[in-house]
Amino acid sequence: MLHEITLNVNGELHIVPVKSHHTLLTVLREQLGITSPKRGCENGECGACTVLYDGKPVNSCMVLAVEAEGHVIETVESLAKNGELHPLQKSFIEHNAVQCGFCTPGMLMSAKGLLAENPHPTEEEIKHALAGNLCRCTGYVRIIDAIKDVADHS
Amino acid sequence: MTKQTTDPVGKSVPRIDAYDKVTGAVQYVDDLQFGPGLYYGKLVHSPHAHAIIKKVDVSKALAVPGVKAIVTGEDTPHRMGLYMQDRYIFARDRVRYYGEPVAGVVAISEEIAEQAAKLVEVEYEVLQPVFDPYEAAQPDAPLLHPDMAEYQWPPFIFPEPGTNISEHFKLRKGKVTDEGVDPEVWAQCAAIVEKTFRLPQIQHVPIEPHVAVARWDLSGEVTLWSPSQSPFAQRDLLAQGLGIPHGNVRVISPYVGGGFGGKAGISIEANVVVMAKAVKGHPVKVRMTREEEFFCTNVRQSLYAHTKIGCDKDGHVLAMETAYYFGGGGYNDYGVNIARAAGYSCTGPYSIPNVKGDSHSVYTNTPIGSAMRGFGMPEIHWGIEQIMDRLADEIGMDPAEFRRINCVKTGDTILTGMKMPAVDLVQCIDKVTEAINWGKEEPPSAPHKKRGKGIAIMWKAPAMPPNPGSSAIVRFNEDATVNVYVGAQDIGQGAFTVAAQMAAQVLGIPYEWVRVSVNPVDTKYSPYEWQTVASRITWSMGNAVRAAANHARTQILEIVAKYWDEDPADLDIKNGVVISYKSEREQPLKKMVVYGLPNENYEGWQGGPIIGSGKFMPTYVTNLDPDTGQGARAVVHYTVGAQAIDLEVDTETGEVEILKIASAYDVGKAINPDLVMTQIEGGAVHGMSSAFEGMFFDENGRLKNPSLVDYKIATAMDIPKEIHGDIVETPLEDGPWGARGVGEHVMVQTAPAIANAIYNATGVRFDDLPLSAEKIYRAIHAQEEQEQ
Repeated sequence: MLHEITLNVNGELHIVPVKSHHTLLTVLREQLGITSPKRGCENGECGACTVLYDGKPVNSCMVLAVEAEGHVIETVESLAKNGELHPLQKSFIEHNAVQCGFCTPGMLMSAKGLLAENPHPTEEEIKHALAGNLCRCTGYVRIIDAIKDVADHS
Repeated sequence: MTKQTTDPVGKSVPRIDAYDKVTGAVQYVDDLQFGPGLYYGKLVHSPHAHAIIKKVDVSKALAVPGVKAIVTGEDTPHRMGLYMQDRYIFARDRVRYYGEPVAGVVAISEEIAEQAAKLVEVEYEVLQPVFDPYEAAQPDAPLLHPDMAEYQWPPFIFPEPGTNISEHFKLRKGKVTDEGVDPEVWAQCAAIVEKTFRLPQIQHVPIEPHVAVARWDLSGEVTLWSPSQSPFAQRDLLAQGLGIPHGNVRVISPYVGGGFGGKAGISIEANVVVMAKAVKGHPVKVRMTREEEFFCTNVRQSLYAHTKIGCDKDGHVLAMETAYYFGGGGYNDYGVNIARAAGYSCTGPYSIPNVKGDSHSVYTNTPIGSAMRGFGMPEIHWGIEQIMDRLADEIGMDPAEFRRINCVKTGDTILTGMKMPAVDLVQCIDKVTEAINWGKEEPPSAPHKKRGKGIAIMWKAPAMPPNPGSSAIVRFNEDATVNVYVGAQDIGQGAFTVAAQMAAQVLGIPYEWVRVSVNPVDTKYSPYEWQTVASRITWSMGNAVRAAANHARTQILEIVAKYWDEDPADLDIKNGVVISYKSEREQPLKKMVVYGLPNENYEGWQGGPIIGSGKFMPTYVTNLDPDTGQGARAVVHYTVGAQAIDLEVDTETGEVEILKIASAYDVGKAINPDLVMTQIEGGAVHGMSSAFEGMFFDENGRLKNPSLVDYKIATAMDIPKEIHGDIVETPLEDGPWGARGVGEHVMVQTAPAIANAIYNATGVRFDDLPLSAEKIYRAIHAQEEQEQ
């Protein structure tokens, strides 16, 4: 069954017909062309599809698109403003926190959600916040360093 | 272009792909848009590990509205394979592992394809499966490939038709016969350790699951979009398997969301191409679910290893006998070459005068065992590195010192008869022992915890055919920026960044002037690259990039020298300007590299657009004797390294906490030191994780843990408290600036280093992987009970 809903994504309103069973991830990627949230498991286990949902990180594969109406959705596409990278993005580049890059958008959104709630987290708090975002390349070391660096200098 | 990094080789410049990756601009295959003409496909998997296919009935599935086509083994009559041509793209007569593709359904949506796939009716006659590689190698084991004698394979592979053995590599060195090492040699040994080790299959777990899109045009041109470490090898296999010209096959590979060997060779891609053939003109997309990723794509092989090593009272290792049986799965992809690599490197990084090694790849009714980071080496080092520790223990020698004495050194005649190229493994051992306060007992953090330290060393050669080639092109733009073209892939290791660094270094321009025009790698436009595997890219692609840049540089210098009436040998390029050391004249590259230079009074011009091309292929690898594994040069080179680990074991839970991993690798020359460090760090965590991973099957061969909940990989919570890395640089003779690869080596010996540290902490040893808290807990308590 199709539902016409309005999604607030990255500050823009999109009126979009969605199927009842389609997830927010599917609608973002396949109907809105917003492809930074990645499809890694579709089961809420890998975190590659993490977006901010009213400011909090969620797995967009675990949210039905129809549920997302009326909520504020943010993806990596919204981080850079006026051509200027977000401090987290800059820090990820400086710390070589990126390898294959597939987990990176989800990591950035989890990090942004963490810092919004807790601007000066400890290393343990950062690790805890990233526990749902899997990365097979980096060993997480540089990702944690990059987030810590932003927290320490804000 | 504010920042200008001149002479970038050896400097930690930022990754060339980082900006696009942090902004979400990078496109992976599933991000590409194909428009409303896109169809979707689903594979029908075998529900049996070993069975004869009696009948396939697709009529009910075909009747589902929206289904466009269904293909089966009937449509794929040709055998295909990377080394052994042993499989049909869709199973025809027989299935050999649970999950093997039997049919492919194409429909207008993924949901319809999935529903229709459930309606494909296949009648099977179930056969006895065999899962354990050692059992499968026995004469009375159920035979998986009765037609093996008909298969084709390259001349350096030695299968044994009539058995399940698809490769048997024999290594004989010193006083040894097929029966074993001379008993007199064993009699000289003060200590002998003989053990059997078992490792389960494990999965790469790239965060991007396999996905492929294929389109078969009416003109006969086939295009495949796949996240691939091997676009050119896939083109080659598809052309062969489908019987069409190479020029008609185009493989396009944008960025890869994690490879680790799992996206090398070929897995589902050929299936998707065949499905697309059935709906010509329409692109067809097939995406593996995470569950399918576990059992329907390639995995790391299992291993049964029986190894005996002896040393004299002074700690000199005198003899080794080893038999490796790799569980190759239902078909070979890289499998036979993994067993071969484990055969010609069967001693690990040790000089041992008397060696009998037999390395087998064995067909088993499990998912296809293929390349995974360091293939063959993590598996064999698990046992070797624990035996070396036991020997040191038995003769009362420090395990680090034992390794210093016995490890391979430059110029040694190694097991195959080859002279060891320049490396400094002793320095690697020194670095890691220093980093970890080796020999210093340190207290655990709580009374119920035990603390220990362990060490392990490794070697690995790029395991590949003797002659894999690389090529590269550099092309100047009007403003003297340069586009570099390679066919190598960036799978996260930083290949594009080092390609840019190398080109800039040779051309005398800042790093920031280089663009790497390889995204996507496209076999129609990119220069040839064999595959992005074997930690060979920095070395092999690097040599090709250097040659291409030199080709361009030579043209520039010749043009300017002629223009100035000077000798090219007196000229150089610095920071984008040609300079003469003789006349001190200067000529910026800008404009001249495309438009050339005007003669006096504009009476004619000289030069023209500068394009350089270059290639590299090792030409010196020799054949090995099939009965002894001896030959002048078995491999191109080895990378060596050491890891030392400080950890605590919680005796109340069996849980292990890694306090510190120290790693040191001899990379020849770090082209980008910080990128080397990120490999060392990521590899240490991957290696640690692998010690706790395993794929588990039920008695019918069905995978019991095909999810990230039941198959756990390391999370941010699990990483060592401290990860330390050291880079050793002993230049490689034919490496660019002396560089050799390190991408795989960084996880090879982590598991045995952990096991040795657990032994140091608890006095308990483990012969089989995976380690688990339960297993460790039980072993510690069993030992305590024994002691009481």
